[in-house]
This record gives sequence, structure tokens and C-alpha cells, in this order.
Amino acid sequence: MTVTAKAASALSHLDRLESEAIHILREVAAAFDRPALLFSGGKDSAVLLRLAEKAFRPEPLPFPLLHVDTGHNFPEVIAFRDQRAAELGERLIVAKVEDSIARGTVRLRKETDSRNAAQAVTLLEAIAEHQFDALLGGARRDEEKARAKERIFSHRDEFGQWNPKAQRPELWSLYNTRLHPGENMRVFPLSNWTERDIWTYIHRERMALPSLYYAHEREIVRRGELLMPVTEITPAGENDSVERVSVRFRTVGDITCTAPVASVARNPLQIIAETEFADLSERGATRMDDQASEASMERRKKEGYF
Amino acid sequence: MFDGSPAEGRDVLRFMTAGSVDDGKSTLIGRLLYDSKGLMRDQIAAISKAKHARADEGEIDLALVTDGLESEREQGITIDVAYRYFSTPKRAFVIADAPGHEQYTRNMVTAASTAEVAIILIDASRIIGKGLKSQTRRHAAIAKLMGLDVIVAVNKMDLLDWSRAAFEEIREGFERIARTLDLQPLAYVPISAKSGDNVARRGAADWYQGPPLLDILESAPPRETKLTAAFRFPIQRVARWGETDPGARRGYAGRVESGFVKVGDTVTAAPSLLPAIVREIRTFDGALDAAVTGQSVTLVLDRDLDLARGDTLASADVQTAKSVTADLCWLDTQAWQRGRRYLLRQGTRTTHAVIEQIHFVREVTELAAVSDATELKLNDIASVRVKALDALIADRFDDAPATGAFVLIDPVTHQTAAAGMIREAHDPQPRGPLAEESYEI
Ligand SMILES: Nc1nc2c(ncn2[C@@H]2O[C@H](COP(=O)(O)OP(=O)(O)O)[C@@H](O)[C@H]2O)c(=O)[nH]1
Repeated sequence: MTVTAKAASALSHLDRLESEAIHILREVAAAFDRPALLFSGGKDSAVLLRLAEKAFRPEPLPFPLLHVDTGHNFPEVIAFRDQRAAELGERLIVAKVEDSIARGTVRLRKETDSRNAAQAVTLLEAIAEHQFDALLGGARRDEEKARAKERIFSHRDEFGQWNPKAQRPELWSLYNTRLHPGENMRVFPLSNWTERDIWTYIHRERMALPSLYYAHEREIVRRGELLMPVTEITPAGENDSVERVSVRFRTVGDITCTAPVASVARNPLQIIAETEFADLSERGATRMDDQASEASMERRKKEGYF
Repeated sequence: MFDGSPAEGRDVLRFMTAGSVDDGKSTLIGRLLYDSKGLMRDQIAAISKAKHARADEGEIDLALVTDGLESEREQGITIDVAYRYFSTPKRAFVIADAPGHEQYTRNMVTAASTAEVAIILIDASRIIGKGLKSQTRRHAAIAKLMGLDVIVAVNKMDLLDWSRAAFEEIREGFERIARTLDLQPLAYVPISAKSGDNVARRGAADWYQGPPLLDILESAPPRETKLTAAFRFPIQRVARWGETDPGARRGYAGRVESGFVKVGDTVTAAPSLLPAIVREIRTFDGALDAAVTGQSVTLVLDRDLDLARGDTLASADVQTAKSVTADLCWLDTQAWQRGRRYLLRQGTRTTHAVIEQIHFVREVTELAAVSDATELKLNDIASVRVKALDALIADRFDDAPATGAFVLIDPVTHQTAAAGMIREAHDPQPRGPLAEESYEI
């Protein structure tokens, strides 16, 4: 692959996003002692991991992979997570919400409660245990309003908390990476990517993903506009009518709060085409927990959620 | 390699919006997103039912799209920079949404640092017969300071029945400001953010012959076409591979911040000013013959110069200096203290620096120079002389914004204290024919 030298040959939007993410990943490697990359097996973290390969190969990655596991996962996502880590020969650390429950630091009202909120506790415990000073995450500013104001290098105090009023201004690409002892940085190399950019990149890079991102038949029940997958953790209620529908997942989080959308898209290009005509945002279509309150994300971030 | 998606070949334009409170900035951004289908149904539902909605029943308040944080929503104003994304078949766009209140210069400067174009919004209904607001002048001055192109959008024209005379009066007012700042706006456009006329589509004013705002944004020249081609490559880290074999290799990983580089080019390492030849341009996807501005690559040189993070590979014109004159925007609530040392970050280098002298501080409204100023506090913009412990790259911000910019960090609180733009280097090294040129201004 070659390019012709042109003084002002503008990079395409996607090439620029890729280079920006690589630049950020390398800044993290250079500026922090103990970074980690959050890898769940979901599509955004899979893109992030791909970009880490681009930033550092042929060297080993300068950080381990970290997954905060709620225990409510789709088995194939976990299989994909383990397979990718093994293929790359990189170390994967799994911090389990169930361990926090066993320790008593996470308490739930009932077994099937959403464990999304509990993730923050387990994450902070993992940070303390491994003394991580920077965590790379795949969050994007287009996901949600409170994220739109997030820095690329987002500073957390010694309690792991995000204070929207005390964030440092971020100018040019001159990131302020300074920390006091006990503080940490959350770093978002995909900040400027949209859902569409992610899919375009997955297509361009011919990336493998867990198959539930593509259309498949699945048993669901309808809850208003949302489709709820019928699983062991989320069984159908007595009065629910179970349907078999062609669906795909736009995000894969905790099973108890991740809903698929009706879809026939079998590859990234068909997903891009569907997304062009979609009229619900990624979170609106698929995340039950965010709908309760439009400010819920902000509150969770303040508590240390990613 | 890739042909499927229409998104792939598009370039991107980053722009910001500047206006005073209630000029219609949030409405305009909401309008751009709405008309380019960047808003989804649930997001529209959220703004229709939001508890602070100011809109009439049944009507959606486009301004609420951009109001992000809960605490800010309570106040009904935006107080930080928020980023928004939308695209058209021609271009992808990133909007840096900066607030309008004059106290928040810090945020406008922050937003401007990642933008190429500023839309300066003027509320026509509040101007007629009164002259332009001092804030408009300030926004124009900051855009100039930060090297942005300017589009002047005259909003709420519907309230003035699309009066051509009113539009011309405002245009003339802005032209006077622009002349004093040596600024040439790309365009003046009469709009109604509320109705959408002349935003994404032509409308209302039949006397207006120009394109709608979105077309202007689609055709605005990308910033790097206007800059010098001088090559600048701050080294982020040293990559090593093949450690076990005798021919262990090392390369310098970084991003081309300006200009371009080809295999075989002679480059100069700064600050040591030692030359070397580029042997290889490596990427994960294979070797390249050349790399252009914005590209992240790893450069392999023909000799071992023992370079490290903080060094910069550059074209032969590069000069270094320990002392520079710069425009500084103070960003920290803690004011500057004479004699205090700050960390200075330029490119990938962090060194220590002191502000030796304040030439003048620009007062808040007109940005006119006040020469006897002795302090620097939040939102001040000043011309200062900075002296650094290690040599800086002597690039002027207007020629090479990526290396002509720096930030100051408070070494005790770790707050980002100031943003700086180099205007002139003192006693640059090496002296040469180029030195004379970069002196003037
Ligand atoms: N008539 C009219 N009203 C407008 C227009 N644009 C904005 N407004 C109104 O002006 C007020 C302030 O707008 P907003 O977008 O919140 O201003 P901001 O403070 O600059 O973000 C709101 O009541 C808007 O509905 C316009 O083009 N025409």
C-alpha cells in the first residue's frame, strides 16, 4: 500500500479518526505507568483493541486488557473476548461483579437486578488492586448528552469520581496527563467516532465480531417499543407473548438491560444502510436503564462509572 | 481497498459556533442536526418532554438538543464545550459548541483549538439601530487569534421580515470590525435558525443570492491547505522490535503534525539539530512511501541519533529558541504569580517555563491592549514573553498551529493554566536566511 506525496492531500475522515486514536493510545503508553484497556468483547472495545494493535505492533501491547464482568453476559461475547485476547497473546484481567457481591461491596435487591450500576464499584476495586493510573475505554461522545462534553483525557479524583465542573480544559492535542497519587485518568480514543464510523471501520478492517451484532432469529417479548430478549436471566413472564423475530444487537452490555432491534442486516454495510434510516439513537433503541432519566448517565459517571 | 460505504472518502470539517446568550446558537446547532437527520426520534422525544422546555406546546425546542449536563440545564445555559457530530453526503462535521457569555472566554478558546471555522452568530433583532455588541467583536478577535476562518450568520431575520437593509447594516458593522482585525470572513449569510431558512436550505430572502449556511460549510477550505508545508513530527515514543536478533531495530512513533515526509528525505532532529535520512515509514498495514499531515506512523532513520519522546523530527528549516513572545489565554481560576514556574507542553515535550514579562493584556470587551497590566487571571488574553528551560520549536502559530501552540500546566495543582500561541521567537537557532523571515511581525 502506498500513497503519493501531496503536500495538502487531506486524509479521509476515517483515516483521520484512526490516526487520532493511535496518537491518543501512544500518548497513554508514554505518559502513564500502569494503564489498562477496557475490553468487553463488544464492538467499540473490539475497534479500540484493533487500534491498539495498529499503535504498537510488532511490540506487545504496553497494557493488559481489563473486563468488568457483570456475570450477566451473552456467552458468545465472552467467548469472543477470550478468543481475541488469546489470538493476540495479551493478558486479560477479568474483574467480576460477583466477587464484589461476595465481598459485600455490591448489594443487590434481587438476583436479576441490573448490575450495570454495580460495575462502577467493581471497576474502582480493580483500579485499586492493580493500581491502574489510566483506563482506556471505547466510549464515544455521540452516544449520549453527558458524554458530549467529556474530555478525551478525563480526570478522576482519588475516589474515582468525575466532577463535570473541575475538568481541565483540553486544547489542541496537548493533553494534560498529570495526576496526583491515587487519582486516575479515563481516556477515550474513540471520542470523535460516531456509530456509523465504527461500522465503516469494522467493514474496512474486515473485523470479526460476536455474531449477535448481525441479524439472527431470537425469541423476544415486546415492552413498549423495546424488544426484550428471552434468556435464562431474563425469562418471559407468565402473561408475555413470546415471538420469534429477526433481530440484531446494536450494543451488548448486561443482558438484563440490553435490547436487540428488529433487523435483517447481515454485515456491516447493511447495518450502515439500516442506521442511515434508523430513527432511534443507539442508546435509545437498546438500553433500558438510560431511558428512566435523561440525566442518569451523568449521575452514574459522577459515581465512577465509565 | 475499500469502496462500499459513502462515508469513507469524505473529509471532515471541524467548526465552532460563537454568539452571545440568546442569539440562537443552540437553536442553530439543533437545526443543523435536525435537518441533516443527525437527531433520532428518541432524542427529539427527550427534548419535547424535557422539564425545562421553553417551547410552546407541541413545538420542539431545538436549543435543548445541545444542553448536556443536569446542573447546567437547571441554569438554562451551556457552560462548557460540547461536541456534536453530523454528516452530509459531502462531508463529516464536528461542532464544538462553546458558550456565549463573555466570562467564558476560556471555553471559546478551548473550542477554537480543535476547530477550523467559527460561525459568528448575530441576533439581528437586537442589533438594529444599536450597533454590534462588544461580544461580537471579542468573538471575532478570538477567532483571529486562534487562526480560524469566520462565517457571519445573521440570525432571527424572520423577526425583521427578512429586511435587506437590516442585513446590510449588520454586514457593514462587522466589516468594520473585521478590517481592524485583518480578518476576511468567508461569507455573510442571513438565516432563521428557528424556521431553518438559509440554514440547510434556501429560503425566505429572495434578495440573498448566496448559498445556505450548510453549503458554505461543505465547501470551506480545509485548514491544512493554507499552511506551510514544513514537516513537523513530534516523537511520541521509541518503538523497538526484533530485540533478540543482532539487528534489533528501533523506530520513532508519532503523528505528522504538519507537512509531509517521504522515504529518502533528510530530516533534522530538534532540538539537537542533527540530520538523518528517513529509511522507512512503517504502519501496521505495511510500509508507506510517504506520510501526510494527520497520519500516525513510525519512522525509521538511517542512523542512530538516540532520540526520545519530546524530540521532534522536522524539515531543515526548523529552528529552536528558549524564549518566545506568545499570546496567552489564562484558563485557570488561580491567577498567574510572578516568578512562578509552570510546566510547558509543546508537541510531545514537557519542560519548565516562566513568564518573564507581560507586554500587554487585552481588555475583556474589545480586546484592546492595556500595556501597564501586571496580572493574568481567568479569561485574560495577553501578550507575554515566555522563557523555557529547554529549547522550544520556534514555530509561529499561524504557520504551524500544532507546533506553534503550547499549554502551561500548574505543577502543584496540575490544572491546565494557560493556552499559548507563539508569535515570535527570540534568538532562534540556527541563525540562517530563514531566521530573518520568521522575525518580522
Ligand atoms: N424568531 C426567531 N427566534 C429564534 C431564532 N433562533 C433562535 N430563536 C429564539 O431565541 C431564543 C434563544 O435561542 P437559543 O438557541 O436558546 O440561544 P443561545 O443562548 O444562543 O443558545 C429562543 O427562544 C429561540 O427560540 C430565529 O431564527 N428566529
